[in-house]
Amino acid sequence: MNKTQNNRAWWLVVPVLILVAFNAFIPLMTVVNYAFQETFGDNVFFWEGTTWFEQVLRSPRFHASLIRQFLFTGMILAIEVPLGIGVALAMPRKGPWVSVCLVLMALPLLIPWNVVGAMWNIFALPEIGLLGYTLNSMGIDYNFTNQPIAAWMTTVVMDVWHWTSLIVLLCYAGLSSISDDYYQAAHIDGASRWAIFRYIQLPKMKRVLTIAILLRFMDSFMIYTEPFVLTGGGPGNTTTFLSIDLVKIALGQFDLGPAAAMSLIYFLMVLLTCWAFYTIMMRNEEQ
Amino acid sequence: MTRSKKWIVPTLYILFLMLPIYGLLSMSFKTTNEILGGFSFFPQEFTLDNYIVIFTDPTWYMGYVNSIIYVVINTLLSVTVALPAAYAFSRYRFLGDKHLFFWLLTNRMAPPAVFALPFFQLYSAINLFDTHIAVALAHCLFNIPLAVWILEGFMSGVPKELDETAFLDGYSFWRFFIRIFIPTIAAGIGVTMFFCFMYSWVELLLAKTLTSVEAKPIAATMTRTASSSGYELGLLAAAGSLTIVPGAIVIYFVRNYIAKGFALGRV
Amino acid sequence: MARIRFRDVRHAYPPPKGQEPVYALNEINLVREDGGAYALLGPSGCGKTTLLNIISGLLTPSEGEILFDGKEVTHLPTSERQIAQVFQFPVVYDTMTVYDNLAFPLRNRGMDEKLVGERVEQIAEMLDLSANIKKRASGLTADGKQKISLGRGLVRSDVNAILFDEPLTVIDPHLKWQLRSKLKELHQQVGVTMIYVTHDQIEALTFAEKVVVMYEGTVVQVGTPVELFNHPRHTFVGYFIGSPGMNILPCTIDGGQPVFGNSLLPMSSRLRDDLSGKLEVGIRPEFVEFAEDGIPVNIDKVEDLGRYQVLTLTHESEIIKMVMREEQTIPAENPKIQFDPDHTKVYCDDWVVEEAVNE
Repeated sequence: MNKTQNNRAWWLVVPVLILVAFNAFIPLMTVVNYAFQETFGDNVFFWEGTTWFEQVLRSPRFHASLIRQFLFTGMILAIEVPLGIGVALAMPRKGPWVSVCLVLMALPLLIPWNVVGAMWNIFALPEIGLLGYTLNSMGIDYNFTNQPIAAWMTTVVMDVWHWTSLIVLLCYAGLSSISDDYYQAAHIDGASRWAIFRYIQLPKMKRVLTIAILLRFMDSFMIYTEPFVLTGGGPGNTTTFLSIDLVKIALGQFDLGPAAAMSLIYFLMVLLTCWAFYTIMMRNEEQ
Repeated sequence: MTRSKKWIVPTLYILFLMLPIYGLLSMSFKTTNEILGGFSFFPQEFTLDNYIVIFTDPTWYMGYVNSIIYVVINTLLSVTVALPAAYAFSRYRFLGDKHLFFWLLTNRMAPPAVFALPFFQLYSAINLFDTHIAVALAHCLFNIPLAVWILEGFMSGVPKELDETAFLDGYSFWRFFIRIFIPTIAAGIGVTMFFCFMYSWVELLLAKTLTSVEAKPIAATMTRTASSSGYELGLLAAAGSLTIVPGAIVIYFVRNYIAKGFALGRV
Repeated sequence: MARIRFRDVRHAYPPPKGQEPVYALNEINLVREDGGAYALLGPSGCGKTTLLNIISGLLTPSEGEILFDGKEVTHLPTSERQIAQVFQFPVVYDTMTVYDNLAFPLRNRGMDEKLVGERVEQIAEMLDLSANIKKRASGLTADGKQKISLGRGLVRSDVNAILFDEPLTVIDPHLKWQLRSKLKELHQQVGVTMIYVTHDQIEALTFAEKVVVMYEGTVVQVGTPVELFNHPRHTFVGYFIGSPGMNILPCTIDGGQPVFGNSLLPMSSRLRDDLSGKLEVGIRPEFVEFAEDGIPVNIDKVEDLGRYQVLTLTHESEIIKMVMREEQTIPAENPKIQFDPDHTKVYCDDWVVEEAVNE
């Protein structure tokens, strides 16, 4: 759309700017304050420079939770994206079942995150929960509270359960914008199922899929509540992701300096990845 | 033919989605003894006791009321301020517009864990700690960018001629905006409100940090039970089941628009 | 390439619960000769798209069968019918180049890449697409995209027919006639059967050798453009084709001749006396003339269209249109008109009365 140059449009943006800035700038400044200084309370600060950053970047604990974080994000993306596309492709295109599917699929998205954690905790409890009981009675030794692998698997499956629907909804939105003529044309041209996917469906889903991956990347990188309620980061530290580690340091040990430095590093990483993604996407769109 | 068997995939997927929810529901109708006594697929001694506790104990049901209050305030606030801003982004070019848009989105990317402690200090300092307003304002951090993003997508779909015609007919900007433009994008506003409601309703970390008693959300009330061993599992399950209800109602009303909402937004 | 034949085809869409099915198509029997250029003409909702979908295999008719070269194909899926189709809104594969778009149907059929190349070059040349062949298809204008859709049909040597579903809808007006004449030229070059669906009589009459006129699910007439103009078999054809359309006026029959408003209308042949039903007389505005003696009329309006004038006349409450050439003049007072006996038609319940008895 052709937009007119009008700097008075700033006035329309001002309320948003004030509200978001209030919530973003002041807390961010606080974090920056802590990151570069040491305090023993009473608002007395000592300049620490980059000490905390060096400490965090060198600490094996940070490396460990960072690796776990990447592994987790990688795993859930690798499962959720193909699964989401698959389900979206198999969904009915018209008729009464569409609404039923959409409503049921959207349900996990609207459950408070700690309830998701609690629900999976109950679901997976050996002896008591449906999943835990079934697995154990099938002869599989499963107890996510003391087996690292079981804890990991449960966390990943929980996230798949929680968020795949978002990808399904987005892909479905992309797919429903394809008119019947395209499918008809493809049949006429003798296209195979794969060719229809590759040349008709995938191009139409590309944009929403990018949004979906971006959202899942951001959200999974900040994941806190669900695994915290499910496993508490355990057993040991095996499911301690970045956010959980951060809160442990900040609120558990009250090491505000390192926690703040870690926050900034963490935020910068998310920001950089998203910026790179955003730039690439904008360039694609301009083509 | 593959077509006739295609329904299996969504059916299995939905089954997978429903199982944990069923587990939660069935547990909410069980007595504590039955839960701790071992697994059963159906409740053996069906009981509504857990729900009765929630509906009679103010510390429980006030949790729901508190949550709904701050979610509604946040949703209204976010959409109200996002409307003019989204209009500006969709219709005008102005100094720094692209940077501003990206900056807004970065706030959507800010991990709440990073902000938990500073938020606590900030809202304590301005005497808003433990109020509904505090949570509603804090959730603006990620809901306003989202609202601007989705609304901008919807508004860009409305031809500019609509504005021009109205201005030629002598409408003032605000009269046009409220009388003509807002009704035109009503569906978009519905979708936006849905997403704002959803993100505010499901968030716990900030809501818990910013409240203690007066405005304590239901999700935080539940963590109390979760930490105290398996003793009150039935109660926890009932409370959890009830948190699904508002979401389910909202989804039902916007079911035809959800998919569209994200599709029209642009990054 | 093939001869397409419809045998007793009827189709009804599934009716709402508890209602009788309404037929979108009533018994259709048609033969399309191989290599012909046909147009399916009719207003929106007359069933022409339904008929097209039955040919392409998107719909299976509720009754009857379709034969390609004598072989029944009623239940064959689209992909096995060897049909090509150009849609109303251009369908191109956005991510592919023009070349890949044209090569797509051939590659899907596993053709050797060298042969594909030759064939694509040849078709691109024919469609004037050679200059853009390396470009992305999404970057082309609407008429370029329609040419690609057509090209995907033309590259295949096995197509039975190419179907066009209102292909010029989204084309700029000044490019419409260009693309239309290109189509006609291509038809003469390749000689494949083409079926062109439209609601625009000019498109249909200029493109096709034979026009099939449809009205409310029924084929009312099949004929050359001249036949449709001179001998409309149904009042709808008379009214729909021509501009302005045929005058359809109520009449009675007296002594084998139609009577309109107290005037006996001379005809080249006599009619049966035992006609019953709704009787009407049809006369094209081109065949109405002023005369010394005839039906008295009032002149309501005169529109000057350059080479001729269109007059709106009234006789009592009936409106009659008349086309008058430049050289003629409007009588000063008491204008009277008469109809050309050779072009006066009588319709009974909308169908032309053909059982005329020669004198």
